[in-house]
Amino acid sequence: MAFDAEWLARAQFAFTVSFHIVFPAFTIGLASFLAVLEAAWLVTRRAVFLQLYRYWLTIFAVAFAMGVVSGLVMSYQFGTNWGPFAEATGPILGPLLAYEVLTAFFLEAGFLGVMLFGLERVGPRLHFAATMMVAIGTLISAFWILSANSWMQTPAAYALVDGRFEPLSWPGVIFNPSFPYRFAHMVLAAYLTTACVVGAVGAWHLLREPANHAARIMFAMAVLMTAVVAPLQLVVGDLHGLNTQRHQPAKIAAMEGHFETRSGAPLYLFGWPDMDAARTRAAIAVPKLGSLILKHDVDATVTGLDAFPRDEWPNVPLLFWAFRVMVGLGLLMIAYGLTGALWAGRKRLFTTRWLHRWALAMGPAGFAALLAGWFVTEAGRQPYVVYGLMRTSEAASPIGAPGVAGSLTAFVVVYCFVFGAGVFYLFRLFARPPGAPAVSPTSAGPLRSAAGRELMVRGSEHDHA
Amino acid sequence: MPDLPTTWLGLICIALLAYVVLDGFDLGIGILFPLGRDASERDRMMNTVAPVWDGNETWLVLGGGGLFAAFPLAYSILLTAFYAPVIAMLLSLVLRGVAFEFRFRTERWQRVWDLAFSGGSTSAAFFQGVMVGAFVQGIEVSDGAYAGGWFDWLSPFSVLCGVALAAGYALLGASWLVIKTDGALHARMRSLQLPLGGAVVLLIALVSVGTLFVSAAVRERWFTLGTFWFLWVVPAGTTLLAVTFFRAVRAGREILPFVLALGLFAAAFAGFAGSLYPWMIPPGITYYEAANADKSLAFMLVGALVLLPVILAYTGYSYWVFRGKVDAHGGYH
Repeated sequence: MAFDAEWLARAQFAFTVSFHIVFPAFTIGLASFLAVLEAAWLVTRRAVFLQLYRYWLTIFAVAFAMGVVSGLVMSYQFGTNWGPFAEATGPILGPLLAYEVLTAFFLEAGFLGVMLFGLERVGPRLHFAATMMVAIGTLISAFWILSANSWMQTPAAYALVDGRFEPLSWPGVIFNPSFPYRFAHMVLAAYLTTACVVGAVGAWHLLREPANHAARIMFAMAVLMTAVVAPLQLVVGDLHGLNTQRHQPAKIAAMEGHFETRSGAPLYLFGWPDMDAARTRAAIAVPKLGSLILKHDVDATVTGLDAFPRDEWPNVPLLFWAFRVMVGLGLLMIAYGLTGALWAGRKRLFTTRWLHRWALAMGPAGFAALLAGWFVTEAGRQPYVVYGLMRTSEAASPIGAPGVAGSLTAFVVVYCFVFGAGVFYLFRLFARPPGAPAVSPTSAGPLRSAAGRELMVRGSEHDHA
Repeated sequence: MPDLPTTWLGLICIALLAYVVLDGFDLGIGILFPLGRDASERDRMMNTVAPVWDGNETWLVLGGGGLFAAFPLAYSILLTAFYAPVIAMLLSLVLRGVAFEFRFRTERWQRVWDLAFSGGSTSAAFFQGVMVGAFVQGIEVSDGAYAGGWFDWLSPFSVLCGVALAAGYALLGASWLVIKTDGALHARMRSLQLPLGGAVVLLIALVSVGTLFVSAAVRERWFTLGTFWFLWVVPAGTTLLAVTFFRAVRAGREILPFVLALGLFAAAFAGFAGSLYPWMIPPGITYYEAANADKSLAFMLVGALVLLPVILAYTGYSYWVFRGKVDAHGGYH
């Protein structure tokens, strides 16, 4: 494959969107977590919940800022690099994105200021309302963007008029066939990602300071969340897979390394899909399990890549392996969550050090699984950008390769600098022991620290009252 | 009742104007940032907008998203034509946006993020102005796609527009800081208002005259169809606003100069929009030709009419919550 303008434009989109998605995924989960923490504080009036709220709020602010600025880039990239795509899909995708801005971005941005700086000025109840607005905003945002993405995967309710996709029915467009599954899968992924991070931070502080009360609470909340959500994600993921099987069978065939159509298809656990030889080499296979998983019937016929012309195959090894990374991490999360729940039942959640080390190692698992999953679904619809209807090669802007290469270089340099620094600051914020009021002048700006200290005092007064 | 494309042209203009005035003072503070004498002054400057900057920038997302949604052809052609300045602007906004959080997370690197904030704000403002200038000059299109070169956007006129917009934002920023701060910082910003105001008026005049030289369409509009409006009403209105601005600054008013500076922006915007109507991509494509399918425009209009008032209401609420001056300790009083 040559490094032509289209390849570079795809690389640029993949790079900028991969950097972007990890921050919204983290903040979708974190916003809901913050709403729960503040509700717990309002109901119980225990200072520890307010301390935890403020602890994670600072982290939320940094992650959210990175999500906002990297998202701004995305909203312009359809035009800069994918002009013909923007023109063709404008009537369908334009309104979906416009609704995302109007119903979600403004809501989040409008109440973020109050959430970050306003507790003193508006009082706890209105402040809780602001936190709820931000949390709801993150979910509405996910709703619209996943509807748009799903429409590109499973286009519905459209008519092709003069090379443009025009809508026939808005409910049909918005609730296109793959949308409900993809939306549920992504929101649960965001919750799991956040639970992994919160659990790892809690575990790290428990390893250093086993009696830290705030660390115990965050660790317990994260582990129990994982115990509930990770198995649920397995069910939703399975339903999503069945849906993909119906609408994008070539994607499933590539994910499974199935080159030939056959009944009683095996499940390849590992192996190397060789696209030239059209078979999966060195495979470790379980007979008939592929048919059972994909069709819920051991003898069912499973479509292989041989049912599709060669130029409609996605990158098979990439899909095969990215899918295994995602599923493997998901199974690890289930094991970790259930073990944690079991140990919590035996009252040994806070004293079992190997469990804390395990939780620490699981910290980045959510991000890795999330990116692997998106690689599967996005690379899996190639060579199409609108599945079955518009090829990616028809979608790129008439920009020369040097132009795209230049901007790609600029993105890589700036993003590595900015987000490298951001991740470093996030780690520094994770390293603060939770529970103790922040007194270091570097830990917050004046506007923040002044309000923060006062609230800590207030919080503990409530505790004694 | 105007038809759907006309209604959407109006809404996009409102979003653009809302962006320019709201993010304008916000970017202006970044441009003036090096004038903060020490870290505590710079903290105060930043804290006057910290709770609202994200909302301000969302209008730019609405501008991009709205253009995509309402006029996809224009979105595709304009962003391809302005490829380099758009990417420069976006990266500048990335750098200045993260500075709001990052500079409070570090002592050793605080100067780095100070620089990212001021440099990013200045260059974002400059490139926005450059794009306005390049837009007025016209864009080469054939077969519904951009047909010009890589550096068509760069010209003496577009650079002049870039400088003018940055100066205008700085004026808004200084006037905002006069309202939101006190003490030495307040006095310094107040002393900037007259020279900045003078520079902005001069630049508006230069850009207006320059427009006549670079665009035949604008020349024709001014001297044939709209003579009365463009040679009398807009210049007279702008002059009146400028004179009132200078008098209000001299009289020591705090809020009025900011409002009048916003008025100057609105007047310049009206002159700009009036000169180019009905071109969506000057000189050849009208907004009718660039408009999206009626079904899409109608679907979005329902949402926009319901949601925009709600958005304005809670945005106003947020400004109300953080009203008053920001003192040396960072709190509001």
